[in-house]
Amino acid sequence: MADWTLFEVFIRSKHGLNHKHVGSVHAADSEMAIENARDLYTRRNEGVSIWVVPSASITATATDEKEALFDPSDDKIYRHAGFYKLPDEVGHM
Amino acid sequence: MYAQMVETGVKSVKSTTEMSSEEQAFQARIDAEIKIEPKNWMPEAYRKTLIRQISQHAHSEIVGMLPEGNWVTRAPTLKRKLQLMAKIQDEAGHGLYLYSAMETLGADRDEEVQKMHEGKAKYSSIFNYPTLNWADMGTIGWLVDGAAIVNQVPLQRTSYGPYSRAMIRVCKEESFHQRQGYEILLHLMREGNDAQKEMVQDSINRFWWPVLMMFGPSDAHSPNSAQSMAWKIKRHSNDELRQRFIDQTIPQLQILGCTAPDPDLKFNEETGHWEYGEIDWTEFFEVLKGNGPCNKERVAQRKKAIDEGAWVREAAVAYANKKQQRNAA
Ligand SMILES: [Fe+2]
Ligand SMILES: [Fe+2]
Repeated sequence: MADWTLFEVFIRSKHGLNHKHVGSVHAADSEMAIENARDLYTRRNEGVSIWVVPSASITATATDEKEALFDPSDDKIYRHAGFYKLPDEVGHM
Repeated sequence: MYAQMVETGVKSVKSTTEMSSEEQAFQARIDAEIKIEPKNWMPEAYRKTLIRQISQHAHSEIVGMLPEGNWVTRAPTLKRKLQLMAKIQDEAGHGLYLYSAMETLGADRDEEVQKMHEGKAKYSSIFNYPTLNWADMGTIGWLVDGAAIVNQVPLQRTSYGPYSRAMIRVCKEESFHQRQGYEILLHLMREGNDAQKEMVQDSINRFWWPVLMMFGPSDAHSPNSAQSMAWKIKRHSNDELRQRFIDQTIPQLQILGCTAPDPDLKFNEETGHWEYGEIDWTEFFEVLKGNGPCNKERVAQRKKAIDEGAWVREAAVAYANKKQQRNAA
């Protein structure tokens, strides 16, 4: 298995939804990765579409960077609808 | 259980003052029920223990296919054969989910499988017992998968993210396993002749004690429990889970119209729990050491599958390379 590639698997569970990461598979190439992912992750109609991506191709945020990376949005509460107080007579907006 | 007696390599659980600041932050995260993810800092002992635990769990799923595979060609009807194959295929899937989770800790799958073949890594003791009659397919689904469920349900909340997610996926599929097993037995008991009913009782008699051993030794003899609990890679004690299993299983046993081979089994009105007899731990440790009825056969069969499948894996790579070259040309 050493010369097989590790692929991350993403599945769209229903039409209209996003693909979601479900796990990984080893395969000789991407075509085989799709087949393996089908057998492993959709034995009970869990998906309508599969993406496979070589794990090595994914760039991710380092988990320890969490603060530096996401802090800037913390103090921008005016980006949320609830920040704006409107009188009751306006009703639902 | 599927991972029995996992060594933590830790003599005693460190107090907060003995921990480095990194360890303190790590433990605080676990205490707050925040999942540890592959790229987070973790103590080396946590990483190593998890690799041992998850690989043991994965090996169990894979070796666990063998006792059931024994009956595929002899299932009594096409319907039973299809159900059994679907169940076994799920177990292969469970093994793969778990190996994937293990790889996120930096372990190499081939190396870990190799360790099992060399007897350095274990798998659950239960799969070293033979499957002698058709009713064993029912008993395994009902009792062995039933015990696995009791163990795996709390592991859905385990502290390591990829392990927890693998467990959630596994648990979704286990209920089918247990129900198909119980239905096999129920059918034999309700529609079967005397010989078939005897076959069920014989099967339960043989599997009862080994199934109770699946939960591992008594709390008093589980030196690694405290650290595993602190890390939340184990969430309940062995005895607690065993009791939970017995309490939920006895009523099902009664519905079957069968008995357990335990003269000391009795219901305690006060505690509301079933009390059971002494478990033969000598047998358990012998099986774990490699001296069970099927240890050698199981490992030999796994090795054979890997060795004789080598050319298929190599051919797949050769074919993939050729395709790539053709596409590049
Ligand atoms: Fe399983
Ligand atoms: Fe199962």
